[in-house]
Amino acid sequence: MKNGQLITITDMVKDYPIGKGYFRALEDINLTIGEGEFAGLVGPSGSGKTTLLNIIGSLDVPSKGDANVLGHSIGQLNARQSAQLRNHHLGFIFQTYNLLPVYNVFENVELPLLLLKMEKNKRYELVNQALDWVGLQDKRKSRPAQLSGGECQRVSIARAMVKQPKIVLADEPTANLDAENSHNILQTMETLNRDLKTTFIFATHDEKVIQYLHRKISLFDGKVAKDEQVKK
Amino acid sequence: MLAIKLAYRNLMGARLRTWLNVFVLSLAFVVIIWFKGVLNGWNQQARHDTISWQIGGGQYWHENYDPYDPFTVEDSHAPLTDEMTAAIKQGKMTPTLISQASIYPQGRIQSVSLRGVDPDQQILELPTEYLKSDDGEIPAIIGSRTAKNSKLNIGDYVTVRWRDVNGTFDANEVKIVHIFKTDVPTTDLGILWIPIDKHQSMVQMPNQATTLTTSHEIGYIGEFPGWVFKDHYFLLSEIREMIKAKSIGGYIYFIILMSLAMLAIFDTQVLSIFRRQKEIGTHIALGMTQKQVVALFTVEGAMHSILAAFLAMIYGIPLLALQAKVGWSMPAGTDDFGLTLSDTIYPSYSIGLVVGTTLIVLITTTIVSYLPARRISKMEPTDAIRGKIQ
Repeated sequence: MKNGQLITITDMVKDYPIGKGYFRALEDINLTIGEGEFAGLVGPSGSGKTTLLNIIGSLDVPSKGDANVLGHSIGQLNARQSAQLRNHHLGFIFQTYNLLPVYNVFENVELPLLLLKMEKNKRYELVNQALDWVGLQDKRKSRPAQLSGGECQRVSIARAMVKQPKIVLADEPTANLDAENSHNILQTMETLNRDLKTTFIFATHDEKVIQYLHRKISLFDGKVAKDEQVKK
Repeated sequence: MLAIKLAYRNLMGARLRTWLNVFVLSLAFVVIIWFKGVLNGWNQQARHDTISWQIGGGQYWHENYDPYDPFTVEDSHAPLTDEMTAAIKQGKMTPTLISQASIYPQGRIQSVSLRGVDPDQQILELPTEYLKSDDGEIPAIIGSRTAKNSKLNIGDYVTVRWRDVNGTFDANEVKIVHIFKTDVPTTDLGILWIPIDKHQSMVQMPNQATTLTTSHEIGYIGEFPGWVFKDHYFLLSEIREMIKAKSIGGYIYFIILMSLAMLAIFDTQVLSIFRRQKEIGTHIALGMTQKQVVALFTVEGAMHSILAAFLAMIYGIPLLALQAKVGWSMPAGTDDFGLTLSDTIYPSYSIGLVVGTTLIVLITTTIVSYLPARRISKMEPTDAIRGKIQ
């Protein structure tokens, strides 16, 4: 990791086997993403956004080349090391929130801290802090089924942010939200990015998200078509 | 520890779904323990009654005697030795002389086993004191089953025909002086108990016996040439076999109940794998390894049986304790089954039974939970997160 660069991707290729052949989802990807960036992988469906996000999130591995995240070469990590990387340094926000339906808001947000085997008092402190960030203290006892889509996504953000990870990966975070909720969510994430210097990487084709991005990495047919900084 | 914590949280969170499974499993616990308790209670009662009514502390059999071969009865008798007579006088054993006979109640012919027993004996619960008589008649006591079969009542006279030691037929009338009730059918069915001295005189076998039943407190006394000592293990083998046969029936119950309970757990777990794929993916994304997720799901399944054990304790202990106190009344007619079966069976529960049942249920539930959970290890995390069925 050099000069605040958290992610370095070099000549990366990702193939998926199909029958006797394969489908190339990503090709010749070269990217660096630094600390505190608010970047987006932008492109149409099938362009490879989610695949790239999954590799950065160590949920998948490159077929060729290297994806180095926080000094770890993703392709070289075993299952336990990948899990540790995700556990300690990465936060995920999903399109469909992926909240555990049998847990209440507090328990959902607390879960990553339980996996970190953090002591109870510290957990309570951090969960309360995360709920304050997203403004959901009054819903702490509610279950996901009792929340609106926007509230669910805010819980999801709190869960991703509670351990204050270096990187938060958000896959189509506003796809199921209306415009007002989308803006609220994005403003919350932008504030957290600014205040905590957390790197946010989005995979999106939603214009509402794109207008918030500080850096837009456009993908097309598995290749980086354009990589531009957006002046704010 | 984390798996236990999360599994507990998941189960509590699933509310009704969890409690339905737990209730079914707790039923399996209670019914299995109850059924085994009934068999244990039956076994204990049957052993106790057989010892009290029939075999005492063990029996000396004449070497030719085989209760399953009627042809041996004729030759299964021998004079009592001085040592035997002394032991009888000391109350250490009591003789029984067995011969075959026929009775003619109301003109019908029925084969019976004629058994001479000492009216003063104190070893068996058989009410032999009714056989004390000075009026020259031959008093006889019979069991309620024999009384029912032969339609004999107290005070009735019935003709008995027998063969003496020389094979000569003779006949006389005996008077039914008492009808006793016993749970041990082998002291009742087809047996006519008369005083041994009368019996010895009838069959011309003075001072002879077929078996000698020892006192419960003493048991084996020593070697007597021509006589073989039969201990409890041998004499109770029929009961043991009967309980074993009933236990097989019990195991079938056990398997059915366990299958139902396990099906519920297995169903829940299999459904979980499909329905909770996103949850599995989320756990992985949050930093769990696939092995940890497998452990979580396995513990979650196994925890059903722990909760079921607690639930079973809450309603099972009072229920089973009540049943052990009031017993389980056998339906009318079970007397005729030919089994050593009292009117009421009092279930008997042991620590081993409870702990054994709990362990079996726990281990089975864990295995049943592990099998579907193992599928998780084959799931691609990226597909799991999206809830994509694989």
